[in-house]
Order: sequence, then structure tokens, then C-alpha cells
Amino acid sequence: MSSKPATAGFSARRLSALVRKESLQVVRDPSAMLIAFALPVLLLFLFAYAVSLDVKGVRLGVVLESDTAAAQSLAAAFAATRYFEILPARDRREVAPRLVASEIRGFVVIPQDFERRLRSRTEPLIQVVTDGSQPNTANFVAGYAEGVVSSWLVARGGARNAGVMPLRIEPRFWFNPEIETRRFLIPGAIAIVMTMIGTMLTALVVAREWERGTMEAVMSTPAGIVEILAGKLAPYFGLGIVATLGCALISILLFDVPLRGSWAALLLLSCSFLVPALGQGLLISTLARNQFVAAQIALLSGFLPALLLSGFIFEIDSMPAIIRVVTYIIPARHFVSSLQTVFLAGNVWSVFLPSILAMLAIGSVFLGITARKSRKSLDT
Amino acid sequence: MTAAVDIAGVVKRFGDTTALAGIDATIEAGRLTGLVGPDGAGKTTLMRMMAALMAPTEGSIRTAGCDVVADAERVHALTGYMPQRFGLYEDLSVIENLRLYASLHGVGEDEGIDTTFERLLHFTRLEPFKARLAGRLSGGMKQKLGLACALMAKPDVLLLDEPSVGVDPVSRQELWAMVQSLKADGMAIVWSTSYLDEAERCDAVLLLNDGKLEYAGPPAALTSRLEGRSFLIGGVTEGRRQMLAEALERPEVCDGVIQGDAIRVVLRPDGNRSNLDGLAGQYGGCIEAVTPRFEDAFIDLLGGGPGGHSVIAEKMPPVTIPMHVAVSSEHLTKRFGTFTATDDVSFDVGKGEIFGLLGPNGAGKSTTFKMLCGLLKPTAGNATIVGHDLRHAPSEAKVQLGYMAQKFSLYGLLSVRQNLEFFAGVYGLQRPLRRERIDEMIETFELERYLGQSPNELPLGYKQRLALACSLMHRPAVLFLDEPTSGVDPITRREFWMHINALVRRGVTVLVTTHFMDEAEYCDRVALMYQAKLIALDTPDQLKARTATAEHPAPTMEDAFIRLIQAADAEGRAAA
Repeated sequence: MSSKPATAGFSARRLSALVRKESLQVVRDPSAMLIAFALPVLLLFLFAYAVSLDVKGVRLGVVLESDTAAAQSLAAAFAATRYFEILPARDRREVAPRLVASEIRGFVVIPQDFERRLRSRTEPLIQVVTDGSQPNTANFVAGYAEGVVSSWLVARGGARNAGVMPLRIEPRFWFNPEIETRRFLIPGAIAIVMTMIGTMLTALVVAREWERGTMEAVMSTPAGIVEILAGKLAPYFGLGIVATLGCALISILLFDVPLRGSWAALLLLSCSFLVPALGQGLLISTLARNQFVAAQIALLSGFLPALLLSGFIFEIDSMPAIIRVVTYIIPARHFVSSLQTVFLAGNVWSVFLPSILAMLAIGSVFLGITARKSRKSLDT
Repeated sequence: MTAAVDIAGVVKRFGDTTALAGIDATIEAGRLTGLVGPDGAGKTTLMRMMAALMAPTEGSIRTAGCDVVADAERVHALTGYMPQRFGLYEDLSVIENLRLYASLHGVGEDEGIDTTFERLLHFTRLEPFKARLAGRLSGGMKQKLGLACALMAKPDVLLLDEPSVGVDPVSRQELWAMVQSLKADGMAIVWSTSYLDEAERCDAVLLLNDGKLEYAGPPAALTSRLEGRSFLIGGVTEGRRQMLAEALERPEVCDGVIQGDAIRVVLRPDGNRSNLDGLAGQYGGCIEAVTPRFEDAFIDLLGGGPGGHSVIAEKMPPVTIPMHVAVSSEHLTKRFGTFTATDDVSFDVGKGEIFGLLGPNGAGKSTTFKMLCGLLKPTAGNATIVGHDLRHAPSEAKVQLGYMAQKFSLYGLLSVRQNLEFFAGVYGLQRPLRRERIDEMIETFELERYLGQSPNELPLGYKQRLALACSLMHRPAVLFLDEPTSGVDPITRREFWMHINALVRRGVTVLVTTHFMDEAEYCDRVALMYQAKLIALDTPDQLKARTATAEHPAPTMEDAFIRLIQAADAEGRAAA
């Protein structure tokens, strides 16, 4: 019998062979390429266009019961705003059924005694009726309608007798002056994309190795568990970084999202986020050894929390206290807030550092459990 | 001889189930040892423990002199292990797979790595396919590549887990020869298999059944115990299935199966041959003593096969159909894109016949089968079931057929009773009749005590009964069985065929696909498919006779199969 090479310890050759294998697989596997490149682009476009929280061109009925010049002028003001698309009417009975049929989102009534109300300055000027089955839109309609009326009043006052309005409130929004939701959605979307690649893809590819029996074959070789795990992590770490940079470029060039911070900070944040994301993926794959279960767990424990509890769409400050506490263990929460900062505000290290530490801490918990659970053994 | 693997008092439990219950055995260097047994016997568990991928619950295993728990890494360095489905990366090419495993095994740092690859590629004859992705290789080539990867580090112990599953007989034979040649270097080779005919060719076998080691030693020593107890009754022209049923009911008969035109019978140790002579005489057959097979010995070891009495046959009214041809395939062709899965296949199956479709994986037998029972629309050609055209009268045709899918296809989340009710409903049985048939099936197949359980919890034999019950509920004239006994133990398989034989005696027509060569011999006629074409159709005995040569006057079914395929290949080359 020939003498066998010593097997103990770490071998750079084995690790690089595993990394090379994994990279070749990623490049040749259409589904991996789809998740890593096609899906992010799709998601970005989706979040940029479909998930806009702004209201524009809402169909609104305007019932003009009075024929006075003032009433006509207010109706014209409604027609002039880009927030509404106007359906003019003379009688509320014309528009009420259309609201019921969801053809319009609400209607305003400019009443017969509009002139009198205008003079009295105490009674409400108009009536706004909205579709309560869509509370968000209803709020917007009510709010904007009020806005239209008050700016009409201001304009009217300014024309007639300057000085009626001594105080003018002009809101100023920092960081996102146009309050375009796209601006803060897109940085958040990058976090979602990275969760997909980091957690979902990693969980899937490890589960696939179990399913196809290749994990068993690799484990029967002298390769150590650290090499096997590191060989899995490295390529997806690289892939995650490439995808982040790609997403950032698309955001900046296509969606006009500014990058006020530095690329280095963005890169550092992304690297920090990939630690918990990949760690979670690996942990899932040690628990679930088939792709279907792995995908389910990744979706429930990775994707959904990242979508719902990261502050990406729903503001954390308006959540109940207990849920707010829960969000702290979601790595995406820390990533989303830092991403929004690095894109919209700049390099604010007092925001970044705690986030980076939190992400690394969560990541080391995941990796720690994985390391304890993974042995080079098929015993569960 | 030195022990390459030493197994001492090994018990392996997974939760409440005991996979292995106290195994003691040694595997010697320089030999090919077969680890033989049906699915679920514990073969893979034992393999994984020998490869130091699992730890025994009790007892110890030393592989290549190292303890598999304390010294797992050394075991990994000294063994080559090929898991089921070969452990290959399908997205990687042949050479990339080899390179990966070479690096993982640390091969080629001292010796020129290219010579290693050359040696292995030459050995496995994969040189022309170096750049092909492993996923695009045929089953046989994947198997050879898997072997090459396992051989990378010149292991002391080579562990092959079910290397012949999903591989055609030609490749199987080639692999067998390759592995034999490795013994000369002193390598210990462990080959696990559920094919009992493979066991016969090993130097030594470990026979596992239900977690217990039933036998360890050379296969010949086991079969020699049956010397003078195996007989072949030939020359029975009419009613050989009836005769088999009668023979199996005799107390002195341990086991019996149909083998081509003859019947194979194994007597109990104290069995008297003279009674058998009398039975053979009744049917005008002549009896001759034959060499016992490994399967005979296995059944004997397990205490003999089931009797020949099937309650179902008594309950089932005889099938009367007004024609002689029950199933007819007329120029059936199926193309998936540019790939032709079935190419112009025609045959007729007579009423009350057992008709076998045989062929390597991917030969098109499943596709043909699915077109015949209306699960797949043919691209061209047509099929009729009991005179009903599947294309124009699909529902009339489907009422006439019962289908038992691979792996039984029962609903695990439904109870046994709910499964029966579901299938009764699917076959359109109306209320009063439905109740009656379900009760009948419960009684016939003795399912009463399992009614509330999930089919997944049933013993394999009962699972098979339930699947058969579900497909018989509407009393079909034709029964389609897709790989009905894959991986089941030989006793369960006998029981299954006992029912099938009984049904056939009642006039039911049976179509069956199989990859067990001996199962092909249970059939009246066998259609051999290869590369989408029907290359031979005859009785099993005639197929064997056709391929007999001067050197091989009595080929086995497998030999016949291989020769017919080789002949088809030669013809294909001549035509090209």
C-alpha cells in the first residue's frame, strides 16, 4: 500500500478547488444566474414603478352645485392639479354610483351655498367623500383635496388682499425634497435583493448538494468541514457584492437615486450584511436537506422579514413596541437604514457603525450555530 | 488475507426505528464483497458507516485499520466512496469532476496529475467524453465517471453504493469487469445491490434483510445448501400458472416461480421429490434437477415464499371480453421536440396474457406504457384497449384498464380507507357498488387492521396490496403495472406475482415494465425496447434460444438482453 498524504488541517488547494467548482456551477446554472442577476433587476423595476406610495392622477369626481365665479375657480383648481384626474358633474347622484363601482376614488361637492360659506369663514367649504375600502388612497384623497382648497384660498387671498394670511407654512423635506418614495424604496430594494442572493441562493445550493448526493461524496473525501463551508460561502459572497454594485449602478443611472455617501461605505455595508445573510442561508441548509423545504424556510425567515420588518416599506416607528424590538434581530433592518443613509444622506458613521456591528453580531450567531451543527457526518 | 473492514456488534438506530440490529462481519482485502438485500434492508446505512459518514449507535467499525468514529479523517483518506447516483456535479464536465476530486483527495502533488487522469480515463474508456458535462452522460457513463472519482486516490477500500441502479445491462457488465480487475492490487471492494443475480458473482456476500445479517460468506456455500432441492418443470403447455399455484400450496414446496415456459420449484429441506413428480405428471410436464440460484437460497433462508392461493382470484369474476386482442399498439410514436422517445412501436397483447416491456433506462418503455394507458398523447399512431380507441373513445378505454404506478402512488396524507374511497370515486363507482367493492377489497387483501393508518406507515407488502386493491376496484380487463416490484424484498415480490398469476387465470390481461431480468421470465411474452425502438418480441425462452451460441448454449435472460442490444447496435452501425 502506498503511503497516504496527511489529511489533518486546512488545505488551500482543496478550498480553491471547491470555490472553483462552485463558481463554475453558478455560471452554468441558469437558475442561479436568474436569481443573481435577472431577479434583482426585475425587483428593482418593480419597486421603482409598481410599489410607488405616491398618488398621482387619482380619479376624482367634482360636483359643482354652485355656478358662482368662486365655485368655478375652485373647480378649476382641482382640475389643474396633477394629483387628480377630474370627472366633472352637476349632481352628486351622477358620481355616487361610480364611487361604489370603484371607477373613481372619491368626489368633492362644491355646495350651492358656497359663496355664503366662503364669506362666513367658519363652516366647512366643501364636502369630500372617499372610498374607505382603500384607506391609504382615501387618506391621500382627503389630504390632497384639503391641500387644493387651502392653496386656492391662499392664492385668492393673495390676489384680493395681501396680508390676510400673515403666516405661511411651507414644509421642507430634507434628503428627499420631492418626497418621491422611489428614492427611499430603491436603497431598501437592494437589501431585499441581497437577502435573496445571500440567504435563498445559499440555502438552495447546499440543499441541492444533499439532494443530488454530491455532499455525501465530498464528505467522503479528506476535505474538512471548514473547507466545504468556506468553499460554499466565498463564491456567493462575491456574487452578492457584484449584484449589489449592479443594483447601485442601476439605481443611480436609471432611477436618479443620488449616492451622497461614498462607494467604499456602500461596499463595507454590503460586506457586513452578507455575513448574516449567508450565515442564515447556511444555517437553513443544515436544517433542511431538500430544496423545497429550504426555499420555504428561506422565504419565511429571510425574505418576508426583510420585506415587512426592515423599514423598507413599513415604517418601523409606527409599529407596536414589541414588533419594534423584534426588528432589531432582522439583519435587513440595519442594512436598510444604513443604505437609505448612504444613498440619501451621506457618510454618517454614527448610523453605519452600530448597524455594521449589529449585522456582524447577528451573522456570527448564525455562523456559530451552523458551525456547532455541521459535522462531517450524515447523522442528523 | 487481512480484514479491510471489521464490523463488530454494530447497531444503528434513527429515532425509534432500528436500521441495523447487531451486525458482525469482516470484509477482506483483494476481494469483491457484495452487500446484498432489498431496499430498506440497511445496506446504505452500513455503507455510510464504513465510509465514516455516520457513526454506529452501538458497536464499532474499523475501515482500513482505522476506527470510523475516532479516526474518520484517515478513513476518508484511505477509502473511495461512490454514493447512490454517483455523487457527480452535473454542471461540471468529466475532466472538471476528475480535477475536483483529485484536489479534494490531494492527488497529483507528487505524481504527475495528468498521468492519473489518463490512467483513469483510459480505464473507464471516457477519453472521448472528457469535455462533456456530467449531466449529459448516459447512466452507464456516469457510473464509470463516479467510479473514476472514487478511485482517484488509489484507495485501500472501495465502497460502491448500488452502482448498477439505472444502468443498462451492457454498462453493468463492463463495470463489473472493471471492478474485478481492481482486486489484483489488493483493493477491497464492497458492492451493494438489490439484484440477487449480481450477488452470485461476488467473491463473498453479506446478505442483509430488515436490518439483520442473514448470511455472510461465499455465495456458492449458500446455494450449495440447496443442492438437490431446485427443480425445473418443463414441457407444461397448458395451465402452468395453475400448476404453480397448486405446487406452492404443497407443504414440501418452499418456493416456486414461473421461469419462461417452465416452472422453477424449490423443495423444503425434508421435501420429497416424488410428490412433485406426480404433480408434473398431471400437467404432462417433465421434471429436472437444476443448479440452485442465489435467490432460491435467499427465500429458503427467510423461511420460504408465500402459498399459491389468492383470495382475490376467487372473488374476481372471470373477465369476458369479446375479442382475442386485449391491447393493441399501432405504430405508436412519441416525439418531444426533436427527441424521439418512442419510434413506430407496434404489437398486440392477447387476452389473459402477461406482457412484459423490457429495456434500459431511457429506452422509451415508460413513454410507450403511458401512451397505452392514455396518460400521454401519441405524436403518431394509435392504441386500443379492449377494442376501444384511446384517441376517439378515451373514457370507454380507460374504464377497461387499471393502472399501478411506480412506487405505488398512494396518498400518504389519507388513511388506507380514504385511499380506497378516493380511487373508487376516481373510477366512477356509484354509491352502493362503491361500498361493496371497498369492503370486498378490505376483506380480500386483509387491510382491516390498517384502515385508519397512513399508507406510509404500512409494511411494504401491505402497501403493495393496497396499491393493487386501488387499481382493481373497478374490475378492469387490463392491468398496467409500471415497475411494480422495484426494490421490494423477494418474498413480497412473490406474493405480488401470486396475485397477478391468479388474476391472469381469471382472464385479466397484464402489461408490466420491469428491469429485473428474472421478472421478465414471469411474462408470457417480452418486448425488448432499445433507443425508442422495439428490437425484439418473443417468449422469454425463444429470446434466450435466439441468442444461444456454441460457447454459450444456455444464456440467461440478461445475456440474451445484452446480445440483442449489441446486435441492434451492430445493425445500426452497418446501416449508418
